[in-house]
Amino acid sequence: MADIAVIDYGMGNLRSVAKAFEHVAPQLDIIVSSDPDEISKAGRVVFPGVGAMPDCIRELESRGLREAVVEAAKAKPFLGICLGMQALFESSEEGNAAGLGILPGRVLRFPAEAMVDDKGQKLKVPHIGWNEVHQAAEHPMWSGIPTGARFYFVHSYYVEAGDPDLVAGFTLYPFAFTAAVARDNIFAVQFHPEKSQATGLTLLANFVMWDGQAQVSACGADACL
Amino acid sequence: MGLAKRIIPCLDVTAGRVVKGVNFVGLRDAGDPIEIARRYDEQGADELTFLDITASSDERDIILHIIEEVANQVFIPLTVGGGVRSVEDVRRLLNAGADKVGINTAAVTNPQLVADASSRFGSQCIVVAIDAKQVSAEGEPLLWHVFTHGGRKDTGLDAVAWAKKMESLGAGEILLTSMDRDGTKIGFNLDLTRAVSDAVSIPVIASGGVGNLDHLVDGVKKGHADAVLAASIFHYGEFTVRQAKEYMAKNQIEVRL
Repeated sequence: MADIAVIDYGMGNLRSVAKAFEHVAPQLDIIVSSDPDEISKAGRVVFPGVGAMPDCIRELESRGLREAVVEAAKAKPFLGICLGMQALFESSEEGNAAGLGILPGRVLRFPAEAMVDDKGQKLKVPHIGWNEVHQAAEHPMWSGIPTGARFYFVHSYYVEAGDPDLVAGFTLYPFAFTAAVARDNIFAVQFHPEKSQATGLTLLANFVMWDGQAQVSACGADACL
Repeated sequence: MGLAKRIIPCLDVTAGRVVKGVNFVGLRDAGDPIEIARRYDEQGADELTFLDITASSDERDIILHIIEEVANQVFIPLTVGGGVRSVEDVRRLLNAGADKVGINTAAVTNPQLVADASSRFGSQCIVVAIDAKQVSAEGEPLLWHVFTHGGRKDTGLDAVAWAKKMESLGAGEILLTSMDRDGTKIGFNLDLTRAVSDAVSIPVIASGGVGNLDHLVDGVKKGHADAVLAASIFHYGEFTVRQAKEYMAKNQIEVRL
C-alpha cells in the first residue's frame, strides 16, 4: 500500500503535487491514483484539483471516486488543495453545484462590487499570486511556518465556512476569506503549497509527519500573535 | 497587507538554450534554461515564464523536456507559451509540468481555442499573450493593434478591445507585450499597460522594455500592472530578482521578500 495517494480525477496538474511530495519525502511511496481500492489502502490522502466545481463533482462520480473521497476524509490524514478544499463543502455558486457536504459551508465568487483595495485600486479576479495567510488556530500543519507567511493562490471562488471553528487560516482580498480549514483528520487549503516554494514544501512536509489528530484550539486574544 | 505584485523572469528558449533578442530579432545566448530557472527561484522569483521561440515544429518536444526537468526542481508556478495551437498542445504542456499555458497567435486565428482550453482545464491556466504596437500617430488618440507571428503581422485588432474579448472567452490572465519596446530597455509602454489593465478585471502582466528597476516600479504604479515580466536585466547579471524586489518594496510596492 502507498504511503500517500494523490487522487486523480482528471482535474488539473496532479503531477506537480506528487512531485512536490517526492521532493520532501523521497523515501515514501507516493502514487497518483484513480483507483478507489488503492486510495482506501493508502496511509494518507491528498485531494487536489483546479478547474470548475461542477466538473469536479461530475468527474468524481463518473470515476466512482466520490465514496473513496468521503471515506478517506473520515479516517486518515487528509489534505485538500484549492478545488479539493472547496469540494468538501455543501454547495458552490459556481454552476450552482452541490459539493460533497463533508464540511458545513458554501463556496462563493469574489463579488465584483467589493474588489477595491484601501487605496481605491481595482482588485483583479482571479486572485492570482502570493498573499499572506494568517493563522487563526494552532495546528501541527502550521509547524515551522510563521503566521502571515505568503502562499501562492489562484482562484475566483472562496469558502465561507458554516462553522467559524473550522477556519485555520485567513487571507485578505480585500476582506478576510478562508485560506485554510481544519477538522479532526482533515486539513484543507485554498492556496497551492506545491507551488509556494520553501513555505509550501514545509506545509507538505508537515502533512507527511502529521498523525491526523485534531489539535486545533481557537485562538485566544493573544495566543496566535 | 495583501496580494503581492509579482516579478516574473522570462526565458525565451530555442534549441534548448535561453536567448534574448531586440525587437524580436538579433538573438544572444544567455545560458542553460534549467540552471537559469533554478537561479531565479533561489533569488525569489514569484513565477517563471518560458517562451518557446523555436521556429520549426519538429523541435517542439525540447521545451517539454525542459519543463519536466524544471518542474522536478522548482516549486513555483511555471507558464509556458510559444507555438500553442490546439487543446492537445495545452494538455501536453500541462502534463509536462506547466501550471499555465500562454496562447498568442492561435488566439487570433482561432479564438475558440481560448474558450475550449479554459473550459477544459480552467481559466486559471490560460494566459492570453498579446503583442501590441502603437499605430496612432503623434497627436491622435492612442491606439494599439494586436500583432501576431512574432510581431510581423498587423491583425488590425484594437489591443484593448481584444483583451476584453479574451477575458470574456475565459482567459485567466493577460500577458501584454509592447512590441516596440521589447528588448529596447527604455521601459514598458505605460499608456498601453494602463489602458489594458484598467479595461479588464483579470490580472495583467506587463512585458517588453525593462532596462532598469524604476521601469518595474512604473509598470505597477503608472501602468497598473499586476505583475511585471523582464528578461535581459536578469539574464546578464545586471540585477538579481531579489534586488528588484527590494527596490520595489522601497518604493511602497508590496512584494514577497
